[in-house]
Amino acid sequence: MDLASSLLVGLVELAEVWVLFQNVPRLGGVEFTQILLVFGLADFCFSMADLLFGHCDNLTTFVRAGTLDVFYLRPQPLLLQLITSDISLRRLARGAVGLGALVVGLVLNPIEWDLGAVVLLGLAVVSGLTVFSAQFVTAAGLQFFLINGSEMTNAFVYGGRYAASQPASVWSRPLKVAFGFFFPMAFVAYLPVIELLGLPGPQWLPSWFGWCAPLAALWACALAALSWRQGVRHYQGGGG
Amino acid sequence: MKEQATYRLAAVAGLVANVTFGLLKVAILFATVRAAGGELEGYDVASMSAYVWISQGLLGSVNLNGRSEVSERIRTGDVVIDFLRPLDVQTATVATEAGRSVFALLPRGAPSVVIGALVVGMAAPEHPASYLLGAVSLLLGIVVSCLSVYLVAAAGFWLVETRGLQILYMVTSGFLAGLFVPIWLFPTWLQVLAQATPFPSMLMYPVDVLSGRAEGLDAIVLVSAQVGWLAATLAAGQLMTRAGRRHLEVQGG
Repeated sequence: MDLASSLLVGLVELAEVWVLFQNVPRLGGVEFTQILLVFGLADFCFSMADLLFGHCDNLTTFVRAGTLDVFYLRPQPLLLQLITSDISLRRLARGAVGLGALVVGLVLNPIEWDLGAVVLLGLAVVSGLTVFSAQFVTAAGLQFFLINGSEMTNAFVYGGRYAASQPASVWSRPLKVAFGFFFPMAFVAYLPVIELLGLPGPQWLPSWFGWCAPLAALWACALAALSWRQGVRHYQGGGG
Repeated sequence: MKEQATYRLAAVAGLVANVTFGLLKVAILFATVRAAGGELEGYDVASMSAYVWISQGLLGSVNLNGRSEVSERIRTGDVVIDFLRPLDVQTATVATEAGRSVFALLPRGAPSVVIGALVVGMAAPEHPASYLLGAVSLLLGIVVSCLSVYLVAAAGFWLVETRGLQILYMVTSGFLAGLFVPIWLFPTWLQVLAQATPFPSMLMYPVDVLSGRAEGLDAIVLVSAQVGWLAATLAAGQLMTRAGRRHLEVQGG
């Protein structure tokens, strides 16, 4: 039942995009076969990041219950413990839909499979995984301050996933700042894909930015490191 | 003092999430309407905006995640205590949940709509009757969602662990209720499928009436459908509660 539900989550998210393309042939400068690539890349990377770091969501529970200190008794770093505490089959199943969409997208679209394309795709997958993982850690770090504010981090963690599967060309300027640069969701999927397919990028986000996905990943990691360090310091300072 | 601050923080946090998703929905849906030539299934940009912000505003009050406190009480068996009380378990549970949901409209519902109206602009109903009928539709939507979630919880009398069912509810309810895309944009077969469930009654119909998309006779049709689902989920819940009670008693509960 759990595996089926995980699969269904992915299918429903894909359906949300599919329904829109039932109404219009082109959206944000892309067709359905092209957005399939964007969705697949974004959703697959998110699912894998969720597999590794999604358990950090539970940090709030540990902090509130006061049980976080137990983790400090063990010799491994706190973050590492949180990561490895729950790698489940369920989360693995979640990635199946994204992976499927990615593969179908790669097959259906006319891509020149030269070295450049392979490298670009590889960079995108690794960077995407890194960016989403970093988001989970950033959110976890903030939990030390917010306690009950997990909804606020949901805004950029799950909102980020939603944004990453959209064509950034439809975004308003504030959204481009928020999800194009600050939480670099556009770099995860949309920009690498349009660069791969040879499509033009929107204002402020040219298609060659698709090659800069690793830079976006570095930025996301910097944010995560800052948030985590500040959070842990705050927690320990509070006599925790 | 600190509790007040945390409560206010939680409210702000919810609002931040609401506005973020709202802006993202606006971006993709406006683009869809424009790509269709400015009009799509009766939606223009202004009415699409109304859909986005009203649906976001209602999120805090309509239960689309399938979780409920009573499911825990059924799982642990504490519900037997509730059976000893004079008030019917289903009625008591739903009344409490619905009341809580209505109160959530103030900190979450209203601000989302206001922010949406200010930042993006949206259409509003013309006739005062829409507002009154909208309020009724909204209340019905809340109650239907509480009753439906109760059914998920009541399955716990037999299943004990309802987590799988709850996740299934969470995944399908939002989609079929028209949370991310109005169901009127669905292909016909999917629309029919959605309308064969109580989910549109929880969100899509109230949003339609409140935004003025459905007026007069159309609105009355939607509200009637909601009443129908209310009756259906109420009856189903009553049957399940009684059967569940018997099941517990047979088990020696």
